Amino acid sequence: MSDTTLFKVTIDNISIDVPAGTTILNAARMIGGDVAPPAMCYYSKLEGSGGKCRTCLVEVSKGSEKDPRPMPKLVASCRTTVMDGMEVKNITSPKVVDARAGIVEFLLLNHPLDCPICDQAGECHLQDLSYEHGKEGTRYEFQRRTFKKHDLGKYIQLHMTRCILCYRCVFAADQLTGKREHGILDRGDHSEIATMIEKNLQNDFIGNVIDVCPVGALTDKTFRFKNRVWFLKPMNAHRDCPTCSGKVTLWNRGEEVFRVTARKDQWGEVEEWICNECRFEKKLSSDWTIEGPRLIDRHSVISQGHYAGTVGTNMPTETIEAVLNGRKPKLLMDIHEVSEVNRPHIELSKINGPAHSNNFNPDND
Amino acid sequence: MEALTSRSVQVSRKPMSLAERLFLPAIFKGMGITFSHIFKKQPTIRYPEQKREFSPVFRGLHVLNRDEEGRERCTACGLCAVACPAEAITMEAAERLPGEEHLYREEKYAAKYEINMLRCIFCGLCEEACPKDAIYLSETFAPANYTRKGFIYGKDEMVIPNVKTDPEGYAKAKGSPRNN
Repeated sequence: MSDTTLFKVTIDNISIDVPAGTTILNAARMIGGDVAPPAMCYYSKLEGSGGKCRTCLVEVSKGSEKDPRPMPKLVASCRTTVMDGMEVKNITSPKVVDARAGIVEFLLLNHPLDCPICDQAGECHLQDLSYEHGKEGTRYEFQRRTFKKHDLGKYIQLHMTRCILCYRCVFAADQLTGKREHGILDRGDHSEIATMIEKNLQNDFIGNVIDVCPVGALTDKTFRFKNRVWFLKPMNAHRDCPTCSGKVTLWNRGEEVFRVTARKDQWGEVEEWICNECRFEKKLSSDWTIEGPRLIDRHSVISQGHYAGTVGTNMPTETIEAVLNGRKPKLLMDIHEVSEVNRPHIELSKINGPAHSNNFNPDND
Repeated sequence: MEALTSRSVQVSRKPMSLAERLFLPAIFKGMGITFSHIFKKQPTIRYPEQKREFSPVFRGLHVLNRDEEGRERCTACGLCAVACPAEAITMEAAERLPGEEHLYREEKYAAKYEINMLRCIFCGLCEEACPKDAIYLSETFAPANYTRKGFIYGKDEMVIPNVKTDPEGYAKAKGSPRNN
């Protein structure tokens, strides 16, 4: 691949010059916006990813300047490189939109649709994709694939039922850690992500498989069922970490750190990998230097009720004292006297793993 | 000028006649109207004993539903809380332990669920948001209280009686079917 040859490619009537060897998907991402096809399995930071999920299908209406014939079928844009003078239709082609809606339904065939339980809900790419295409329900009436849930080590929970077999985690584990311990067992309908004989995944960077997972198949056990992502405030923070860059997003509620994730860019991809110590063990605000609120997409449920970039920073102002010339109200109800939720002395974020009935037992107070 | 209504009457400024100056005929006419109401149908409803029928879309106090096996339906997904415009709903989730399958329908459940009835505006958006048919607005008023503390409703106030272990309580809570 030489950087000098630039190919002119037109995607949805927008032209751009890209280096030869660029895939259609990456060319579309350079244009940005709605032109970029969605991708469930392609991950620009993982070599060899892509070509599995088929959500990035596009129509090539003109092959190239030299051979202007259209490609006979829709092509996977993450695996097709651009040609000079290529014309691509993504959202302007009804064929593509229709095919993609079908792909979403196929992806949801074996998906349990247990979004109310799933910790990924609210930041799930499959959820976004299915709602974008109006396929959030299902027409499938038969028994779905079922698997038992696995613990991959003490930090990662694997829900194989939710998996769409995108292989991102396999690539991530392989390329980040250099020692591959998990992969896909069996074939076809039976294939499942697994570690051989329930072997623990123990590696400094293995927590990143949680971030690369586009669905809720791999989730953080230290955050499991603690809170919903849209009730947390995402804050950019950093610390001096000897193993990784230490640049993370903290998901706070009040001062409690409920979850630590890597920072994700506009395509939902991790900007910098973070180590397990940062991700799972630093759950105190004193461990971190907070930089400020993270910019959350206006359309995300996480930013509901907030303006973009202000999630968690809007504090209510006390009006009574201002109105009464500084006098305090005589009757105040401290909500913690009555309420059993968010009790100050129970810090859910400090419980290892999900809370159980015994954590809320009055005897433990 | 065209009259706004056909029923308008020109005010008469004529001096009153003797019969009018006695006032008695007018008094008897007025009392006649008053006493004629004794024989008409009473619109008053004697509230605590008698209750007016609610509209089918009435939105009252919340109940948390159970399924037909008596397991709690709520999975603490937080959609009611995010839909709530008054931010009245708070909850804390927990994972179902082995052996609690008869209590909770899904692997996650609301260990604590509270609605602040002082904040609630009874808009019913929580009911609409619920993906699990767990929360419903019933046909009961929020009762009056002397302190604000009594308006923080927890799970013990809202979860309906278990049809398996407490069938009488369930039947009582369900009430009699609507007549219409």
